[in-house]
Amino acid sequence: MSIPSELKYTKSHEWVKQEADGTVTVGITDHAQEALGDIVFLELPDAGRTVKAGEECAVVESVKAASDIYAPVSGEVVARNDAAIDAPESVNQDAYAAWLFKLKPSNPADIGALLDAAAYAKVADEH
Amino acid sequence: MIKRTPLYDAHVAAGAKMVDFAGWDMPIHYGSQLEEHHIVRRDAGMFDVSHMRAVDVAGCDAQAWLRKLVANDVAKLTLPGKALYSCMLNPEGGVIDDLIIYFFSPTKYRIVVNAGTADKDVAWMLKQAEGFNVSITGRPELAMIAVQGPNARTRFWAAFPDAKAASENLIAFQAAEFNDWMIARTGYTGEDGFEITLPAADAPAAWTKLLAAGVVPIGLGARDTLRLEAGMNLYGSDMDETTLPTESGLTWTLDLKDANRDFIGKSAVVTRHPQRQLVGLLLEDRGVLRSHQQVVTKQGNGETTSGSFSPTLQRSIALARVPLGINIGDEVEVIVRDKPLRARVVKPNFARHGKALI
Repeated sequence: MSIPSELKYTKSHEWVKQEADGTVTVGITDHAQEALGDIVFLELPDAGRTVKAGEECAVVESVKAASDIYAPVSGEVVARNDAAIDAPESVNQDAYAAWLFKLKPSNPADIGALLDAAAYAKVADEH
Repeated sequence: MIKRTPLYDAHVAAGAKMVDFAGWDMPIHYGSQLEEHHIVRRDAGMFDVSHMRAVDVAGCDAQAWLRKLVANDVAKLTLPGKALYSCMLNPEGGVIDDLIIYFFSPTKYRIVVNAGTADKDVAWMLKQAEGFNVSITGRPELAMIAVQGPNARTRFWAAFPDAKAASENLIAFQAAEFNDWMIARTGYTGEDGFEITLPAADAPAAWTKLLAAGVVPIGLGARDTLRLEAGMNLYGSDMDETTLPTESGLTWTLDLKDANRDFIGKSAVVTRHPQRQLVGLLLEDRGVLRSHQQVVTKQGNGETTSGSFSPTLQRSIALARVPLGINIGDEVEVIVRDKPLRARVVKPNFARHGKALI
């Protein structure tokens, strides 16, 4: 199971990458894709949507189940990954390359409160 | 206490993800459910179905008892080893279980029932046996391995050359006894193949020989998408004790030809007119159908009973119970996370023998 140290994480198995332009990129962790199994469908938020931290804003469906994806921080959706929508299996192949959406956080300081890799490794161990 | 089949160690050694299925610790997949699905459609895979229960029926009233017990008519079985799919009904016409009955002689049959209903089924059978000269023997000690796919039989014979003579002339839905094994040309995938019932002690070595012959272990996840594509019902999802066979796409399994035969549930299925029917749905919008989603039609609402992504069709399919009056080709809507998605009503036969049928 891969947990890159430069990323931030949530208890609900999203990864969050801080970009130089002040936005964050969000995806699901390697642990999450492995638990879901073969991913066959993604429902991602449209750019312009405002989301609150913890709000359901995307759905990842594998052959066996649908799983909600939560906004890691509050903000505005600025992009979604249409290439991943067209090739949902890319999330299984590389969960950290196949991002789902990008957010412009309403309060950039919120990112600091997310889990670091060591803390997420403990969460992933328990689930 | 969760139960383990004789192949539990083999599954764990193969890296299976194990889940609780009807009280049994079973492999859901060994890595990729999608790949396993395609292997069965294209080559040969094997399933541990030892959680299913064989029940042996013997005695001079065996045939008469089975003609009362189940809705299909075992009297039509005359070829040794020939099998019959049937529902076992309650007096209200609801489905207690669906099962396969193998005929060896009018005094010797074997029934194979679902894992989740096995104890309930055997109790019901024993209760219905009063007054009949028949013995009913559950065989929980037997293991079962289903080898399925276009190359399944060839690979099985490569693993067990001694079993070829006994099994090469079997027609579809026929079984042969081979020493203390039963080799049946049956399955739950829409592909050719065998289901082997064998002593538990033989199962691990048989699994290993099949592996060496190129048969790939397949989990219960792919078993579900394969049977759904083949349009085969799953007990407990697509029908149960509250649904009539006529509402479950199983009218073809009711044999009413012999007016003198009175099977349990007969008067109910003859007099109770179904209000609903089981159909197939092909999702036209993007998304994945699951069970228990609302289906909105011009004739009223219905519900999906099974739904998944179809690996063969690369889109989502479902079985759904909808009002009568809905026809093949009609457009309906399925409510998925509060949004209506467009679906087309189709015959519930999506893919078999390696090919899409839609």
